[in-house]
Amino acid sequence: MNEPLGISLRVNGDAVTRSVEPRLTLADFLRHELSLTGTHIGCEHGVCGACTVLLDGRSVRSCLMLAVQADGCAVTTVEGLTPAEGLSPLQQAFADNHGLQCGYCTPGILCTLSEYLDINPNPSEGEIREALSGNLCRCTGYQGIVDAALAYVRSAQ
Amino acid sequence: MKPAAFDYHRPNSVAEALDLLARLDDAKVIAGGQSLMAMMNYRYIAPENLIDINRIAALAEITEEGGNLRIGAMVRQRDAQDSPLLRARAPLMIEALDLIGHLQTRNRGTIGGSLAHLDPAAELPAVFSAHDAVLHLASANGAREVPIGGWSQGFMAPDLEPDELLTAIAFSPWPAGHGHAFLELARRHGDFALAGAAALITLDRQGRIDRAAIALTGVDMGPVRLDAAEAMLAGQVPGAELIAAAAQCADRVAGIEDVHASRDYRRRIAVVYTRRALELASQRAASGAGR
Repeated sequence: MNEPLGISLRVNGDAVTRSVEPRLTLADFLRHELSLTGTHIGCEHGVCGACTVLLDGRSVRSCLMLAVQADGCAVTTVEGLTPAEGLSPLQQAFADNHGLQCGYCTPGILCTLSEYLDINPNPSEGEIREALSGNLCRCTGYQGIVDAALAYVRSAQ
Repeated sequence: MKPAAFDYHRPNSVAEALDLLARLDDAKVIAGGQSLMAMMNYRYIAPENLIDINRIAALAEITEEGGNLRIGAMVRQRDAQDSPLLRARAPLMIEALDLIGHLQTRNRGTIGGSLAHLDPAAELPAVFSAHDAVLHLASANGAREVPIGGWSQGFMAPDLEPDELLTAIAFSPWPAGHGHAFLELARRHGDFALAGAAALITLDRQGRIDRAAIALTGVDMGPVRLDAAEAMLAGQVPGAELIAAAAQCADRVAGIEDVHASRDYRRRIAVVYTRRALELASQRAASGAGR
């Protein structure tokens, strides 16, 4: 039971091969096997969105996926969204607009927005709030988060 | 928490999956995992065997054959939303999909998973109920079809045997120009609905209701068809009084209650949302918006 299985995937562009227990979630795999601790774990049942990463370009909750299910896929985490030097324009917009306080929810929100703003590059405030409905912030910083997303959208026009 | 240990199986074909289901004890099928993984993390369930059907391409197709739409069980909710075929032929389903969870859960969650999990507040069972859909099941012993009306056997208990796999759901789409509406009340976008209503309407040349279908979610264990309301509407010109009277049928549903809402409140919401869904669907039918 639970014998380790070999998996090969790309994480932030790098090829990764590991042997993992089937019950290991993708979130724990990223944090504990690859030391990519930017992906945060909040609720572990798919409600808070803190563990959101991109799987083949689509935002997914990495606590609701097994690492073995990502075999052959391309995963992007917040580390992969961050340039070698400085911040990405979206990250800078968060810094400029008080879009984070404790920062726990921020990686998940950045991953969610990076997919969503590709689908809808010019969203209204209401659409941004709906797009972020699956990401909880407990510092009650939604206003700053929405401001940051809107500022980024304006600057990208 | 973390899931308990299990053996992981990843079949590449339906036949392989059915063989595993026949051979293995205490096996659970994982599709999108958006409910199952949460239950495993909580250790509400701890199956000995997990059968992952995510790599079975044959289960992820949407096809139209002989006037019937057939949606594979592994079709992801996001891909269904983006399907030009479903957008053209099943706008009710598209409207409901937008209310299911969030972008991140729709990117993984599947059509079949929603039906097999059968949460009382799920949107898709009501959509398929309004469409008189048929579920296609398979096991190593053969295939079986179950009409959506007989699918729910109790609280989160579909008519699905432990060795059976839900492979697809099929229905005959309504004619071009039909009116549709899916409306629900949820505290926040993406939350489980307290109650919701799906409505389909076609009008004849005189503007009378040719055919109506109404299905509710969130008020009982499974989707509820409002046959009595449909009978009241048939052959009539849709007007405010008629629609209000038909919507009142939602008040006679048995009803469920939980921490989120009482039985009476859910029924009250069901009446209001049935009325609004019928109004919107008949407006759309009149303007031929579904055309």
